[in-house]
Amino acid sequence: MFKYGSKKYLISKGIDQYFIGVTNAFRFTTLFFKEVFKRPFHLREVINQCFEVGLKSLALISLTGFIVGIVFTKQSRPSLEDFGATSWLPSLIGIAIVKALGPLVTALICAGKVGSGIGAELGSMKVTEQIDAMEVSAINPYKYLVVTRVLATTITIPVLALYCSFVSLYGSYLNVHVTETVSLLSFYQNAFKTISFLDIFTSVAKSIVFGFTIGIVGTYKGFHADQGTRGVGRAANQAVVLAMFLIFIEEVLIVQISNWF
Amino acid sequence: MYRYLTGFNSFKVMEKLKNIIHKEETVISISGLYKSFENLEVLKGIDFNLFRGENVAVLGKSGSGKSVLIKIIVGLLKPDKGNVVVLGKQIAHLHGKELDALRLHIGFSFQNSALYDSMTVYQNLAFPLLMNMKNMSKKEVDNAVHEVLDAVGLKDKNKQMPSDLSGGQRKRIGIARTLILKPKIMLYDEPTAGLDPITSAEIIDLINEVQEKYNTSSVIITHDLTCAKNTANRIAMLHKGKFIKIGNFEEVFAADTDNEHLKGFFNYNFIQ
Repeated sequence: MFKYGSKKYLISKGIDQYFIGVTNAFRFTTLFFKEVFKRPFHLREVINQCFEVGLKSLALISLTGFIVGIVFTKQSRPSLEDFGATSWLPSLIGIAIVKALGPLVTALICAGKVGSGIGAELGSMKVTEQIDAMEVSAINPYKYLVVTRVLATTITIPVLALYCSFVSLYGSYLNVHVTETVSLLSFYQNAFKTISFLDIFTSVAKSIVFGFTIGIVGTYKGFHADQGTRGVGRAANQAVVLAMFLIFIEEVLIVQISNWF
Repeated sequence: MYRYLTGFNSFKVMEKLKNIIHKEETVISISGLYKSFENLEVLKGIDFNLFRGENVAVLGKSGSGKSVLIKIIVGLLKPDKGNVVVLGKQIAHLHGKELDALRLHIGFSFQNSALYDSMTVYQNLAFPLLMNMKNMSKKEVDNAVHEVLDAVGLKDKNKQMPSDLSGGQRKRIGIARTLILKPKIMLYDEPTAGLDPITSAEIIDLINEVQEKYNTSSVIITHDLTCAKNTANRIAMLHKGKFIKIGNFEEVFAADTDNEHLKGFFNYNFIQ
């Protein structure tokens, strides 16, 4: 006879819990696509979150993008000089930054800054029963907290990635300008000469995937935080680590797929 | 302190409230309720009724399953087995909009108040209204917020953040947030836990005033005998996942009771 309270595992507690975790994460993610098209849309909260995500990361992305541009130019110049191909520098920098570095640097910074923030905020709401309070007030916490934040990261991170690419190119231009007389316009024209529409499309698509990943991982970890303040810290930490890990995997996959076209 | 020990204000209100219990109308009906977590059996066959206009205090030690019981009533947890009927609806069979519609009639006051800490007191109170009553004007929302703030005696706190409030004030705002939706049932999870005796007495008075003003039926989860005595028409004693006694205060804690657990609980509270 089934006894209430007894629990049997299919394989072992650890393995069962791993698969339960994967299933829960899958369900959590698929629920987003179900809820995102349902009313109410909480547009004001989405705009608030976009503003939060953008504003929180803008300064850091500007600084990092600028430095990446300068450093990458400085490192590439000697190699190109050896081949007498310094005129290719803007094109090389353009391809590297727009296709790879811009989206990747933006995603990694946002994973650290925004992902951990979302994980900690929702984790804290979870352990202080604020999410339960929402639920008992007949408010769908998934819709209000998860959908809005995931939409915000998915919308904002591609914009930030494009911004980061432009700032990086500007940093690169300043570095080039120290040794050569070149106008900003001609530098940008040269940088974009070898970049096709598909490259920009791939870059934006990649950033959309990264943004979605950061949002969904942060909210998932926050929503499933437990064990008090320790759980909040762990949720924030796991949100960053898992998001970064997934971003690198996605980067490889998207580059592979885009190479087929 | 005297008021805390005797429950003087509350006693008068309680006498009045005894007349408005409608025994023919059950608002919560629970039968054969079981709930466990992993290998821990928390509730082992709970049978319980709450009548309209009645306050029932569920007493029990920490970890006896009191909070689990009200979380099942409001649909935050699913029972393993048993029937939970709230306002005529089987809670386990409700999902989505149906469950939300029922929840609008249930107020849940959390042990730690669970105020949204990124919102001001005003925003905390207006939030459930703005989310659920889309066609309310700003003036109507304002009026509703000020009405409940007045009801809990914190009219001047609407611009403060929850972190600026004392424990008692947070409890009051938590109760106000549930009242704003005009619930038929109030569920209080440890309303006096962590409060000093005077603030506890104020919360006890508030619980009775809420019942009188809003005509609610309440389940009060507590381990505080003073709170139970001064707010409840009936007391249900939960021990090891079962109700060991249900009745009024005098019946449950009768001098000749032979139940060691009841005696121990009474003596512990008396010493406290």
